[in-house]
Amino acid sequence: MRCGDFKENYIKDEEIFQSLFVKFWLGLFLAFLLIFPFIANPYALYVSNMIGFAVIAAVGLNLLTGFTGQISLGHAAFAGVGGYTAAVLITRFDFSFWLALPCAGVVAALAGLVIGIPSLRVKGLYLCIATLAAQFIFEFIFIHWESITHGVRGINVPPPRIGSFLLNTEKRFYFLTLFMVILAVGYARNLVRTRVGRAFVAIRDRDLAAEIIGINLFRYKLTSFAISSFYAGVAGALWVSFIRIVTPEHFPFHLSIQYLAMVIVGGLGSVLGSVFGAIFMTLVPEILNVLSGALVESFKLSSQVFIPLKEVVFGSLIVVFLIFEPLGLAEIWRRVKAFFLLWPFSY
Amino acid sequence: MKDHKEQEAYQLEVRDVHLSFGGLKALNGVSTGVKRGEIFSIIGPNGAGKTCLLNCINRFYRPEKGRIMFEGRDISRLKVHKIAALGVARTFQNVELFGHMTVLDNIRLGGHVHLKSGSIAGGIYFGKARNEEMAFRRHIEERIIDLLEIEQIRKKTVHTLPYGLQKRVELARALAMKPKILLLDEPATGMNLEETEDMARFILDINEEWGVTIVLIEHDMGVVMDISDRVCVLDFGQKIAEGKPREIRHNEQVIKAYLGEEDLAYSRLGA
Repeated sequence: MRCGDFKENYIKDEEIFQSLFVKFWLGLFLAFLLIFPFIANPYALYVSNMIGFAVIAAVGLNLLTGFTGQISLGHAAFAGVGGYTAAVLITRFDFSFWLALPCAGVVAALAGLVIGIPSLRVKGLYLCIATLAAQFIFEFIFIHWESITHGVRGINVPPPRIGSFLLNTEKRFYFLTLFMVILAVGYARNLVRTRVGRAFVAIRDRDLAAEIIGINLFRYKLTSFAISSFYAGVAGALWVSFIRIVTPEHFPFHLSIQYLAMVIVGGLGSVLGSVFGAIFMTLVPEILNVLSGALVESFKLSSQVFIPLKEVVFGSLIVVFLIFEPLGLAEIWRRVKAFFLLWPFSY
Repeated sequence: MKDHKEQEAYQLEVRDVHLSFGGLKALNGVSTGVKRGEIFSIIGPNGAGKTCLLNCINRFYRPEKGRIMFEGRDISRLKVHKIAALGVARTFQNVELFGHMTVLDNIRLGGHVHLKSGSIAGGIYFGKARNEEMAFRRHIEERIIDLLEIEQIRKKTVHTLPYGLQKRVELARALAMKPKILLLDEPATGMNLEETEDMARFILDINEEWGVTIVLIEHDMGVVMDISDRVCVLDFGQKIAEGKPREIRHNEQVIKAYLGEEDLAYSRLGA
């Protein structure tokens, strides 16, 4: 049990992982993540990859919505822009995946910049509607710009390769996803504790005071849009390379809502929260799937009634979570940690 | 073409500033100047236009007429966020802190214009960006937090703090802007006697140790008369007096504005 923080220099005091105890468990967790693909079945690995893409997109959206306070309902569209950019660059222009991935991010970031421009004038719900428009505009483009996107038929994307080694199985791709997730989360966590991240939060909390202390609102709102869309673009590019096809159906409006739900359930303004949120929102439907399937199977229940029931359960779970902990999973996690900090003593 | 020498002596000068909201004349041709290194107070009854004047200096409001000069440069057309970079910091009447952040982060935000690292360097947080943050943290800890005696709350979230401390944190944030001139809007409002005295002491310390020019709006006449070098009195958007505290205390127009005619005789007894 620790009884207080005693730091001898500022660098130690600013560390993200404050104690040896935390570092030890983090190391153990990382080791587990690395061993995991060798013990898990392909289905579990498929889900893990999906979680990874969701984490990247959700962390990105949290930078925009949770930290900067600009609600976006078009995040799936930015992921789509990234996915299509990667697909087109790889298939048409013979880009290697490794070059196409950052390009996908950059193009998505540019799209985000354009969509972010109204954010200087419109706030809150109004901005929400403006980004909603972006979602539908991009969806329209994906479907109807046939010469580039091949419309609803989509584009087949080859798997990434390192030399002659193809990342064509769930297991192989898992390591790429894991690497990108660590990169994405680490970058975001560092960003929010330095100058730019603080400016984001200042804009969210009090934009007028932020301006008085010298923060250029327009510039930082756009920066936030760009970084956030970059994340989405990278997530989209990874995703389409994983499933090896991109069609407009992969980036529908309800994916945007799902991303937003991840951020809210996880905890607005917490990087760790969006990791939790992404895991929760991806994993729980899969678990409910398995459960409801098993229930129908073993009790010979009508599948017509019980399979859709999982949506109801999922929805209620989210509502219950938000009622009991509006600050999201991150806050629950913080409370659990606080409890064990003193445990087994009451104070 | 007034006295040219005197104009140069002003660090901040307000020339014939007009501001109105609809039919209401909030500022009606106010001209005044603040000299480098002094503590300059603006007083006046409620609604006299004191905060409006600060808001104009900040470029929060754009004056309809008139000019605002800071160190020989007209700042009345600059963007709001540019003003901070020139070295004009301020605190607010109703505390304008970022409630969900820690005290330390709030103060750090004050240094926004003095830090360089962008979104890429910050995200990597290695080498330059990290050194910069650390050097700045040291500056905050050793110069600002130490001066304002808020060591014990540095990691607390701002909205959990009592009002008096929030005022102090806001002052700390303004100091982190490394200001040349500090605009304080009622820093001692809502404080008890002890806190008010602390605040007055901090203002004097900042003025003397850091050499920062102070523009102060305050209703607590004790504080104003004790620490100001010069006082300017506004009433209904117009300047009615300006001078040393002693002169202001006995200025009949000022007493009239504050107390009304019939109380004039009484207040003379009190003063």
